[in-house]
Amino acid sequence: MTQPLRLSILPGLAACLLALAGSAVSAEEHKKPHAATVQVPKDQVQVPKPPFSEGIFPCSQCHDPKSMAPNTKRRELKDMHTDISLHHGPDTRWCLDCHDAYNRDNLHLANGKLVSFNTSYQLCGQCHGDKLRDWRVGIHGKRTGSWNGAKQYLLCVHCHNPHSPHFKSLKPMPPPARPEAIQIKNGGAK
Amino acid sequence: MTTLRNFSRFITDTLRMITTGGPVYYAWVAFLLLLIAFGTNAYIGQVQNGLIVTNMRDQVSWGFYIGNFTFLVGVAAAAIMLVIPAYIYDWEPIKEITILGEMLAISALVMCLGFVMVDIGRPDRFWHIMPLVGRLNWPQSMLAWDVLVLNAYLVLNYFVVTYLLYCAYTERHYVKKLVTPLVLLSIPMAVSIHTCTAYLYNGLASRPFWNSAILAPRFLASAFCSGPAILLILLQILRKTTKLSIKDEAIFKIAELMAYTMGFNLFLTAAESFKELYSGTEHMVYFEYLLFGLKGHNTLVPYAWASIICGAIAFILFLVPKTRTNWVTLNIGCVLIYASVYIEKGMGLIIPGLTPDALGEIYVYTPSITEISVAAGIFALGFLVFTLMLKAAVPMMLGEFTISRGRKGAQAAKPEGHG
Amino acid sequence: MMDQDACQPTPGAPCPSGENNGRREFLGAAVAAVATALTGCGKLSKEEFLQHNFRELSKEEVLTVIERLEKEYKEKFGKEVKVANTPALPGVMFGYALDLSRCIGCRRCVHACVKENNQSRDPEIQWIRVLELEKEEGVNLQHAEHYYNPDEVPREGHFYMPVQCQQCKKPPCVKVCPVGATWREKDGIVVVDYNWCIGCRYCMAACPYGARHFNWGDPQIPSKDVNPETHYLGNRPRAKGVVEKCTFCVQRTRQGKYPACLEVCPTGSRKFGNLLDKESEIRYILENKRVFKLKEELNTQPNFFYFYGV
Repeated sequence: MTQPLRLSILPGLAACLLALAGSAVSAEEHKKPHAATVQVPKDQVQVPKPPFSEGIFPCSQCHDPKSMAPNTKRRELKDMHTDISLHHGPDTRWCLDCHDAYNRDNLHLANGKLVSFNTSYQLCGQCHGDKLRDWRVGIHGKRTGSWNGAKQYLLCVHCHNPHSPHFKSLKPMPPPARPEAIQIKNGGAK
Repeated sequence: MTTLRNFSRFITDTLRMITTGGPVYYAWVAFLLLLIAFGTNAYIGQVQNGLIVTNMRDQVSWGFYIGNFTFLVGVAAAAIMLVIPAYIYDWEPIKEITILGEMLAISALVMCLGFVMVDIGRPDRFWHIMPLVGRLNWPQSMLAWDVLVLNAYLVLNYFVVTYLLYCAYTERHYVKKLVTPLVLLSIPMAVSIHTCTAYLYNGLASRPFWNSAILAPRFLASAFCSGPAILLILLQILRKTTKLSIKDEAIFKIAELMAYTMGFNLFLTAAESFKELYSGTEHMVYFEYLLFGLKGHNTLVPYAWASIICGAIAFILFLVPKTRTNWVTLNIGCVLIYASVYIEKGMGLIIPGLTPDALGEIYVYTPSITEISVAAGIFALGFLVFTLMLKAAVPMMLGEFTISRGRKGAQAAKPEGHG
Repeated sequence: MMDQDACQPTPGAPCPSGENNGRREFLGAAVAAVATALTGCGKLSKEEFLQHNFRELSKEEVLTVIERLEKEYKEKFGKEVKVANTPALPGVMFGYALDLSRCIGCRRCVHACVKENNQSRDPEIQWIRVLELEKEEGVNLQHAEHYYNPDEVPREGHFYMPVQCQQCKKPPCVKVCPVGATWREKDGIVVVDYNWCIGCRYCMAACPYGARHFNWGDPQIPSKDVNPETHYLGNRPRAKGVVEKCTFCVQRTRQGKYPACLEVCPTGSRKFGNLLDKESEIRYILENKRVFKLKEELNTQPNFFYFYGV
């Protein structure tokens, strides 16, 4: 009734090795939400490129400190970027709290340290430390890949619009059929 | 060799016996065969299209078929209501008619097996449940236990009945040393079949309505108070239509025993209701659905109360000696208790156990036309088996139909002789 | 003198044939013949009829069975369907965790599962059932709404709890199956041998989570929607009259992939991994989050955990 133990170990081991070896390959075969990933240093997490709007990056195209002096006064923007509605935290929050005034191609932490858009999770984690901690181990947010191999992360901003981060409601998919509605088709089974 | 020849004659004569009779007999058998054909036709539709032609769905995955099965196991177990006074208390008036109870048990078991066959999704895989040939998950599965004890009880009753009739046919006394232990064995076996069936439901922690300690005692009490009801009516019919002598006191004694079991049954029902309704936990929802309706669904409520009221009236009628010994009230009581327990075991057990379902959903189940048709066919089959057995057995019991005397009033067959 | 039926030569012993054996045998045989002939509308092959419980088959027999099944599926659906027989990976015990603070009840998991696991579209079968619960009432199944269909989820004041097979360590369904057609594999997945199940539905009565589903009718899947990567114990197309349920996507997870429900979840509420791996996310959840099990008092010891991420 039961298989001999040794017969089950061999294919099991083989499967295990194959799974490990092929996990990198199979990871590629999965549908990834975005194209190429960004290469980051070893202590950081490998993530896809940030979901920039068309043509918006690099910011320094327009925000050249030489030609356009930064205006660090807290205000509501009236000339440009009016499509962005900021609903992130208290009313006193504004753009340059996160975007670096003098290096527009970067973000910055509270202590002034620059953060690349490619690793924007470091900025989010400054205030949302518990989320960052959970995200690193794959508990917070969507993480795909292989359960026993390489994982694919997403940036925070792939799900949470940084300007209006509340997760958007979705239209639910249809409810199940009620049991009364499950009937044989008219005219026979097929 | 003599035995072999006698036995083969026993069979051929029996076959001849059951294929000849008066117009009433033919009409009755024809009616039953018609019902069986009707049921078979419905069943063929079910086999072709699947169980979707019933009204069972994931939420209520057992229904009319299993309800009938449960009730009929009780009827089969009730045969020992005759055995106990006859053999334990050595009461002659009943001893002669114990065989009728056993024949009822056989018919009931045939119907039980029939209901199980029509309920499973893959009847072609029925052989999977046979030990050695298939794979029987014994002892973990209570259904495995039930398969074993039901078939064992069937074989036991079948053997005892065949042996007793064969002895009557060959004008011999049956060997007491063989029969008495077997008949006595049938008492714990009858208890075991209904206990196993009760444990089927009892062991499921997922269904709080069934997961109650007194479910098995309730099953036995309701079985013993309802099964003999059919016998009582049958005995009265047989007394009138054949020369079978059944003393009044035999019938009244059975009725008296039934009264006690009815009382016990009512007590257990009250105990169960008290526990649920007084402690008022969330498990009460099943009782609520049954007795009072839940969230606007009250299909079962009239049946539940009818069952309780019929059972209570029947109890009074059977308890009071005046009404117990009055033929009119006795028979009314029989019908009432039969109806009461039939409703209780079917609608009052299966449906509330599964409604609301495991995730709190209420699906109102009522049997479909297919289910009713197939059930009618199976009941007809059981009745047919019982009729045929009676047709051959009663003359044998009366000594009218034996190997030497042949069939009374029938055309002369080849000269039969002993040896 | 003709002997109608041959009897055992032992005197006094019962012959299996009784007074109405002839009639009963005929009826029984007729019913059996009808049943066998009509089940599968005449497509029941001798090999399928005689096939034994999967656990009792030798390796060669399993390969023969798989070959036969792949041929049958190709005929039925007109495309190549692979039936794998991947055994459990050693040192693996699967665990699943679901973040109740994150699930928004969008039901994408339900439909991803249907597509991945070849569930019947008509009559509809869904292995995952998402319950809409009230935040005030908490996890109270008597107040669950199954058929919610608002324009947007999550609805104010509500939270959502998907329920599927919990792959219990002490599964009541395995205990009650009379023919041993369902059992728990070494990696914790409770599986069904669809060719051994007799469809008695005792397991469905026994399951406290409503996780098992029955093929009441002939399952219908359009050929183009059939997922050709299947496992014998998992998502291969089933027939009518047998029970099925979530298998943690055994065809995927035994190859290192995540279950389909997890991959499609937009909020990342679903977490999965090897309970025996200290570094896995599932272990992290069990050690750091407030975890509870559904109907824990029934002691089924599920490998499916609910937790609150926030």
